[in-house]
Amino acid sequence: MGIKILTEHIGKEDLKPIDAYMKYGGYTAVKKALTSMSPDAIVEEVKKSGLRGRGGAGFPTGMKWSFLAKPEGKPRYLVCNADESEPGTFKDRYLMMHSPHTLIEGMIVSSFALGANTSYIYVRGEMMFVIRILEKAIAEAYAKGLLGKNILGSGYNLDLYVHPGGGAYICGEETALLESLEGKRGNPRNKPPFPAVSGLYACPTVVNNVESIAATSWIINNGGDEYAKIGIGKSTGTKLISACGNINNPGVYEIELGLSVEEFLYSDQYCGGIANGKKLKALVAGGSSVPILPANLITKTANGESRLMSYESLSDGGFATGTMLGSGGFIVFDEDQCIVRNTWNFTRFYHHESCGQCSPCREGTGWMEKVLHRIEHGHGHMHDIDLLVDVAKKIEGNTICPLGDAAAWPVGSAIRHFRDEFEWHIKNPSEATRKGAVYRKEAVFA
Amino acid sequence: MTEVNTPEKVEFSPETLKKAQEIIARYPEGRQKSALLPVLHLAQNEWNWLSAPVMDYVAGLLSIQPIEVYEVATFYTMFQIEPVGKYVLEVCRTGPCCLRGAENIIDYLENKLGTKVGGTTTDGLFTLKTVECLAACGFAPVLQVRLKKEDGNYIYYENLTPEKIDNLIATEWV
Ligand SMILES: Cc1cc2nc3c(=O)[nH]c(=O)nc-3n(C[C@H](O)[C@H](O)[C@H](O)COP(=O)(O)O)c2cc1C
Ligand code: SF4
Ligand code: FES
Repeated sequence: MGIKILTEHIGKEDLKPIDAYMKYGGYTAVKKALTSMSPDAIVEEVKKSGLRGRGGAGFPTGMKWSFLAKPEGKPRYLVCNADESEPGTFKDRYLMMHSPHTLIEGMIVSSFALGANTSYIYVRGEMMFVIRILEKAIAEAYAKGLLGKNILGSGYNLDLYVHPGGGAYICGEETALLESLEGKRGNPRNKPPFPAVSGLYACPTVVNNVESIAATSWIINNGGDEYAKIGIGKSTGTKLISACGNINNPGVYEIELGLSVEEFLYSDQYCGGIANGKKLKALVAGGSSVPILPANLITKTANGESRLMSYESLSDGGFATGTMLGSGGFIVFDEDQCIVRNTWNFTRFYHHESCGQCSPCREGTGWMEKVLHRIEHGHGHMHDIDLLVDVAKKIEGNTICPLGDAAAWPVGSAIRHFRDEFEWHIKNPSEATRKGAVYRKEAVFA
Repeated sequence: MTEVNTPEKVEFSPETLKKAQEIIARYPEGRQKSALLPVLHLAQNEWNWLSAPVMDYVAGLLSIQPIEVYEVATFYTMFQIEPVGKYVLEVCRTGPCCLRGAENIIDYLENKLGTKVGGTTTDGLFTLKTVECLAACGFAPVLQVRLKKEDGNYIYYENLTPEKIDNLIATEWV
């Protein structure tokens, strides 16, 4: 354990200047890909690597690339998703801030593989400071002949631009992102057609997360088979995890997939344990959208096996006793946190961020927010709990984009694992609304 | 409150106009509408908020209908479509930040500034707002501010404490 492929050189020196980045072997993948490999051979290596999309869904990147339509006479586009707005997630920002060329190198290699001559990096507008860093790095790459016309004499042309968002979580959803990039409101599109057939400007388009694209350089340099040796089973490679909440060492860590949750949570090399000597109450392992887990299901699965940081192990037990790796936003709750309040907060987020196109999502998130607000503020009824479960179920699977599911899962899982805490709020309104009051059931802490 | 009034003549300065034209050139022929979000950011930095005349000017620049600008400006939370103070303090209110005291920071700012979330101080210096997750959850509590003098425009202030806020108000946001 401990191999790093994206962040290996961060911290050794400032990697923002291109010469510093190149000192550590930067841009060798561009040279190798453009001068000695065919686009199809690159797609093949990425397929072999087993790399899965790091934006949240975990879809195999090589397979996604192979679906890209190639009609005559139409340009193809690669769009990098750097919208990073899923609560708990701040990993792409870290990589772009500290090593912008890692992303740019990956963009060049990936664009070449897909036959794109114009590519965009869509960065959430709030991260204007990251946009400035990327723009400067892109200008350096142009000056070195790594972008622009006839890159390294290969005959391949690529223009790369950064595009700022305007503040909207939904623009992280890939078709909303494309709408936004076209200068419109971020309303997700109905699928099919998928972006691979009709994406940006109705042309074939691949949308990939920052981290997925950044990983391709290493794969080109070392081969897909080497990448597949890292990690565990179908969770190949490394993953950036952004850890936050009540831990001693919040921050971004590159881990080899398969590391145990226990080690990640308690080792000083990573989270360093729960802050202020408190006990662990709950974990949201992969960004706000994934099901919350109670203390007893975090380091061990329901059948007592050690829980690992991998797609498969985190989802072991399905939604009944498992969760998802998601975007890698690792949010830790200590014993003094209120699950009802957090569920209300998350639901308010989804209601606020719903684009409003589908009634189940627009109305359902609003109703859930209202009902959770009244429970949290001491006006709840016992039947509200089942009402919440019912509304969440009716949103799930009935919407144009997965934001509906993302809003339903946190509510469903909080009630599944912390039902007694909701009941306590309803039965003891005056106690539950006292500032700082928290429901405690010792057995659930670990 | 000179900062918040709609200017009489809405027109980018020559430098900003040049930037806008560079941005428009990033998108294919006939797809100049793609430049809308970046150009709105430029406009907001120039005039502090997006009044109807400002949005109409942007529409003209991109050869699109004013309604196409209005519907976009009202969708995205970063765009101020009402007059705001010189500094818009946007504090993250989402779950992970609340685990590390964001709610106390919001209360502190309301008391310190003497205005509720959504309000502007009487001297026109500050508007206080809350926003959703800024991708800074590990460094909570956090707020963002647009600083006109900064090339980077939006700056994050992280690991906030009441002392830090006092200090920023006294020395930086003046
Ligand atoms: C509401 C919503 C928000 C999303 N936000 C992001 C995001 O901020 N960054 C990201 O890479 N993917 C996000 N996604 C996933 C994208 O739709 C898409 O699956 C991803 O960018 C594909 O890249 P990947 O295959 O490399 O992961 C979001 C999805 C949804 C439904
Ligand atoms: S699920 Fe919600 S966010 Fe997604 S398209 Fe429907 S209304 Fe919009
Ligand atoms: S929750 Fe505040 S920055 Fe993410």
